[in-house]
Amino acid sequence: MPPILEARGLTKRFKNTQALAGLDLTAERGQVTAILGPNGAGKTTFIRMVATLLVPDEGSLTVAGIDAIREPARVRQAIGLAGQSAAVEGAMTGRENLELVGRLFGHGSRQAKASAQVVLELLGLTESGDRLVRTYSGGMRRKLDLGASLVGAPELLLLDEPTTGLDPRSRNDLWDAIRNLVAAGTDVLLTTQYLDEADQLAARIAIVDHGKVIAEGTPDELKSRAGIDVVQIHVTDPADIDRAIAALAPLGCDAPRVDRPTRSVAIPVEQGSTRLLEAVRTLDSLGLPVSDIGLRRATLDEVFLALTGRPAEDQPDPDAAGATSPRSRRGRRAA
Amino acid sequence: MTTTNPTVAVEPTRTLNLPRPTGHAGAVTTTLGIARRTVLRNVRTPQVFVLGMIQGAMFLLIFRYVFGGAITSGIRYVDFLVPGFVGTGVLFSGMTASTGAASDLEEGFFDRLRSLPVPRIAVVGGRVLADTILATMGLAVTIAVGFLVGFRTSAPITSLLAAVAVCVFAAFAFTWMFVLLGLIAGTPQAAQGLGLLVFPFTFVSSAFVPVESMPGWMQGFARNQPLTEVVNAVRAFSLDDKAQGVLGHAAGYFAVRAVLWCALFIVVFAPLAARRYQRG
Repeated sequence: MPPILEARGLTKRFKNTQALAGLDLTAERGQVTAILGPNGAGKTTFIRMVATLLVPDEGSLTVAGIDAIREPARVRQAIGLAGQSAAVEGAMTGRENLELVGRLFGHGSRQAKASAQVVLELLGLTESGDRLVRTYSGGMRRKLDLGASLVGAPELLLLDEPTTGLDPRSRNDLWDAIRNLVAAGTDVLLTTQYLDEADQLAARIAIVDHGKVIAEGTPDELKSRAGIDVVQIHVTDPADIDRAIAALAPLGCDAPRVDRPTRSVAIPVEQGSTRLLEAVRTLDSLGLPVSDIGLRRATLDEVFLALTGRPAEDQPDPDAAGATSPRSRRGRRAA
Repeated sequence: MTTTNPTVAVEPTRTLNLPRPTGHAGAVTTTLGIARRTVLRNVRTPQVFVLGMIQGAMFLLIFRYVFGGAITSGIRYVDFLVPGFVGTGVLFSGMTASTGAASDLEEGFFDRLRSLPVPRIAVVGGRVLADTILATMGLAVTIAVGFLVGFRTSAPITSLLAAVAVCVFAAFAFTWMFVLLGLIAGTPQAAQGLGLLVFPFTFVSSAFVPVESMPGWMQGFARNQPLTEVVNAVRAFSLDDKAQGVLGHAAGYFAVRAVLWCALFIVVFAPLAARRYQRG
């Protein structure tokens, strides 16, 4: 069986921006593949190409073994798209929305009804299925939108930033729904700018920046591939924290990350164990007490920073990860 | 085929009871499905829908009772005005088609549809069908208000139906252009702005005042632009013999011209709208 998705050398130029600059990616069947990258990296352009909404300037793209550039109509039978904006109709009930999309996928009227019912049950929306969608919460709308892309039982589900702008609870809820789908045998390609989302859901992650895949692998592989470890300390006395930073910063290969409330300093380092010993000696010679010191592997967050030279956006700390993003309604076309 | 990420709990025993579709949605299913959704979207949002109708009725009352006294039209002004008003209503409901198409684009509804295996012209066709139905509903209200404020005619029912048919066909024809404008505008706000272009066509026409009362340089445009042809056809059909003296031609003459204009609109704007939709 050919891979569910194979992209080679995709390029796309909009007026002043090179949205894709030779993107290569292979997604295998039976798993979630995440495209991770900051705003403007080319994620949305790529997923719109897979959804046959955009034609690349150069390169080749096959979806479920079908040439997406030559036979977009056949690709449309194999995919389901849930975009950033929850394209469900507020003036119709959840069930009516699903039935409409089911008919458009090619179901007969009876099967469209049956599939709508299955999807409502799957997503836990049975009780609100006959309410108008404009009474739904943001999370329920997203779920229904996910459901609408499912009623045609596509081979590949395309999710463009599925949880952007959702609160943490709705996010977890949607993640569970996506996991259920994967367990039931649907392949998923999703874009996200949330590292924890990629980490939570995806078997493979492709990090995209400036229209190219700059790193690709399982979350574990990516965490070790960056070649960095992190020396992390917690100082005992908050007053010592600036001295500690000044003393340890020269050891790092990148700027230390400081979290004052927990009195912790994380220093990304190469040759981890050597640097850890140096850190211990340095702190000891200064007589600076620490409550904890250790060497750990980099988080995806730190890997991202090491690879791209900048943090992933909208990801200041895990608690705010699901908070409403001001960018959630940004221009869909150029992003 | 197996996932290596331990955080993804996979239970391969579960399967979805979702069959693959056996057929394709044809042009008819698609058109009707999208038309139904678009009509529901409007009818189930009565705030907007009813407001639009009230607005139309209000303008009719203003022309009838405020401006009407100052306008000489050769026949009773209310009889002159109501057919003109009914004819221009077609353009005003076109503006909602424009903002509607722009919202469909902005909200991502068209993205979803583009990713589905449906005939693309049918998507725009469904939108146009819905907007024609909505315009016809508005038309019914305008006609009712027209009779309420004193419009009277001796024209036979067949002629009146012909007048309505001209309006509905014109609504259908103009809507293709408005949908194209909406797709080009991209956002409802911009579409609304573009919609203001209808004002010169509505007012520089035979709808509210006789063209002869305008300055000479304006008459050429006013007399020959498409809305005037539609309005004249509606007026000639709905007033029957009363209109002969004012209009100078029989209803058939105007009807042919109006229908030709509408056909031209469809031939030009339907392919353009479909292409624009496809482009994204």
